[in-house]
Amino acid sequence: MAATNVAKGVADAYTPPVTERKLSLAFIAVGFAHLLIGVLLGFFQGLEHAGIDLYAYLPLIRHYYQGLSIHGVFNVLVFTTCFIGGFLFFVVGRGLKRPLESASLGWLTFWLSAVGVILVDYTLFTNQASVLFTSYAPLQAHPLYYIGLALVVVGTWLMLVISLRTTFAWRRENPGQRIPLIAFGANVTLIMWTMASIGVAIEFVGFLIPWSLGWLPGTDPLLMRTLFWLTGHPIVYFWLLPAYISWYFMVPKQVGGKLFSEPLARLAFLLFIPLSLPVGFHHQYLDPGVSEGYKAIHAFLTFAVFMPSAMTAFTVLASLEIGGRARGGKGLLGWVTKLPWGDASVSAQLLAMVLFSLGGVSGLINASYNMNLVVHNTMFVPGHFHLTVGSAVALTFMGVSYWLVPYLTGKRLFSKRMAAWQPWLWFFGMLIMSRGMSWMGMLGAPRRTALGSASYFLAEWTPPAWMTAIGGVLLTTSGLLFFINLFGTLWASPKAAAQEQQVPLAEPYEENGTLPNWLDRFTPWVTTTAIIVLITYGPTIYRLITDLDLSWTGLRPY
Amino acid sequence: MHIDRYERMWITISGGLLIVFAIALGFSSVVLGVRLPGLSDQLLPTAAAGPHDINEGWVRQLAPGRYEVNMRARVWNFNPGEIRGPAGSTVTFYIHSEDIIHGFKIKDTTVSLMIIPGQTAKATYTFTEPGEYLFVCHDYCGAGHHFMSGRVIVEEL
Ligand code: HEM
Ligand SMILES: [Cu+2]
Ligand SMILES: [Cu+2]
Repeated sequence: MAATNVAKGVADAYTPPVTERKLSLAFIAVGFAHLLIGVLLGFFQGLEHAGIDLYAYLPLIRHYYQGLSIHGVFNVLVFTTCFIGGFLFFVVGRGLKRPLESASLGWLTFWLSAVGVILVDYTLFTNQASVLFTSYAPLQAHPLYYIGLALVVVGTWLMLVISLRTTFAWRRENPGQRIPLIAFGANVTLIMWTMASIGVAIEFVGFLIPWSLGWLPGTDPLLMRTLFWLTGHPIVYFWLLPAYISWYFMVPKQVGGKLFSEPLARLAFLLFIPLSLPVGFHHQYLDPGVSEGYKAIHAFLTFAVFMPSAMTAFTVLASLEIGGRARGGKGLLGWVTKLPWGDASVSAQLLAMVLFSLGGVSGLINASYNMNLVVHNTMFVPGHFHLTVGSAVALTFMGVSYWLVPYLTGKRLFSKRMAAWQPWLWFFGMLIMSRGMSWMGMLGAPRRTALGSASYFLAEWTPPAWMTAIGGVLLTTSGLLFFINLFGTLWASPKAAAQEQQVPLAEPYEENGTLPNWLDRFTPWVTTTAIIVLITYGPTIYRLITDLDLSWTGLRPY
Repeated sequence: MHIDRYERMWITISGGLLIVFAIALGFSSVVLGVRLPGLSDQLLPTAAAGPHDINEGWVRQLAPGRYEVNMRARVWNFNPGEIRGPAGSTVTFYIHSEDIIHGFKIKDTTVSLMIIPGQTAKATYTFTEPGEYLFVCHDYCGAGHHFMSGRVIVEEL
């Protein structure tokens, strides 16, 4: 059995060309370099909340909010986008087993994004863009900051172009075949994202860039927020779906299991296209000037977009169970202990899943319409999203890197021991930090606030603030273990033997069949999405545009 | 395509649970009246003329136990920054921003609003318990954001 599997694996093997592997690696390296800085700043933020203000000792960083802007932009805009770019290019090429159309367009994408990222870095480090990642106008940043972010977004559109061109070429060569699962997931991710990104594209190119250059007298704050959140919620699925690609289609193989239900996996991915977009008002529940009715519709659809994630939970757990039982696990939960926890790539992703389930629950609380009155913009919110993007996504990407970076470089992982500790430290650090943050939020502490220096700091916030700080120290340690390993692998590790370089791709469990062919086409999903967005957003945006109020001039109070 | 029996159960239960949640939220909003800000909040405080200029911050009594507050938010203070009244008072806040986006959250109450330039944020709350209620700006508004706060002081009857 094992022998045939290996033989099959070899027959299946396809290694993308060197230039494509380098392309993926370049994206991933830029992404992690930014996450490193982001994580280091997180350390100072945690301590600040406990009253230990070390910003005076930091080079370049003048105050908490400059650091927080860098933390937010680097972690959730630069790191995520760059890692996803590198990962999805790899996934498309490897999934379709053919060269990308084309690698040179891929490199153009890379350099475009890199220029964008450098502009963003420059304006952030010089304190000319301390507006936090949400960039709410009329707070104003240097024009190069907006231009840089816009270039990064254009880069993601090129990713879709490449992914679709490669897929169409593959279709011509393989008429009548299903798009292989991982490439299917990559296409869905990029299609959803490109539709979603239209909000910020209009916001930045149509308003913020000309406004910051002085070509527009002012800007309309509510319209800007609305356009931002039109993109700002679906962006979380842009981060999450690549993690799902690994959870559905790769981790089952790593634990010796199979993809439990291929049809539901494909369906869950497809459902994210129409359901990710029409939910942005759940970030604007407390905004005056958006009607309660539309807020309620978005609240309801937010619950709906929980469904494909609930399906994911079942399919992924069932796929893991197949693996655990194949390894001799017995009883209701005995199979869990038989999973290969010693493999850091697996344990990182399993722990990411556990943290994500907690994040899902706190997310439902945030999304719950008038319950949001209690938690909105309190520390409860970072308590939530460090479990989602800060764990489900970031820890999964780290877990993927434990095999992907050795695969792409042909080198051995620098240290398996460090890798074995790292996910556990992240897990416990995150449990502590996120618990501290949520507790603090329940006690009414506002987020995005230098609480350590706040004139109104309350004694009851001290214990959770210390939890936040202590969790943050553990997390930073975990992060450093990861980065030493990553850069050690890149620069100081020997070439690996050939058999260490396997791409884990799970086979589907045959019993559950496959999705009807007609569901496999993208156009109907895209059309449906456009219609739903028109209905759920159209009237509000139309009203805001007809009442456009460009009287609000920019302010840079930082 | 075949959907496993347990998987079907799981999907049905999760979906059903979410529908129950949605109904509970509808109930709390419509019947219990825990409302979100909406379009009607574009309304200005009543009698916005004369000494009660909406471009200034003020508190005024409408009737015994009923107050109206016109609040101005700007970097980095609220005007008025201190509001006094007897326990049991029902207070309606109308808040305007003079510059950028701010937030307004009164601790231990359901009052939480975004203050967006060009919009009027409105919330009503009845302060039954005497005491000092901290309110803070809860969205980032620049380097002095963590100083932007004030108090509602509810006095014993
Ligand atoms: C060592 C690990 C980390 C620590 C100690 C840490 C700590 C913190 C703290 C204390 C805050 C400030 C809360 C506030 O003032 O509102 C924060 C905000 C934030 N963190 Fe982290 N964090 C870490 C890792 C991450 C990761 C991996 C991500 C995402 C990939 C992330 C994303 C964010 C975002 C988006 C914000 C909000 C920024 C904003 O409000 O504009 N963090 N973090
Ligand atoms: Cu403010
Ligand atoms: Cu503020």
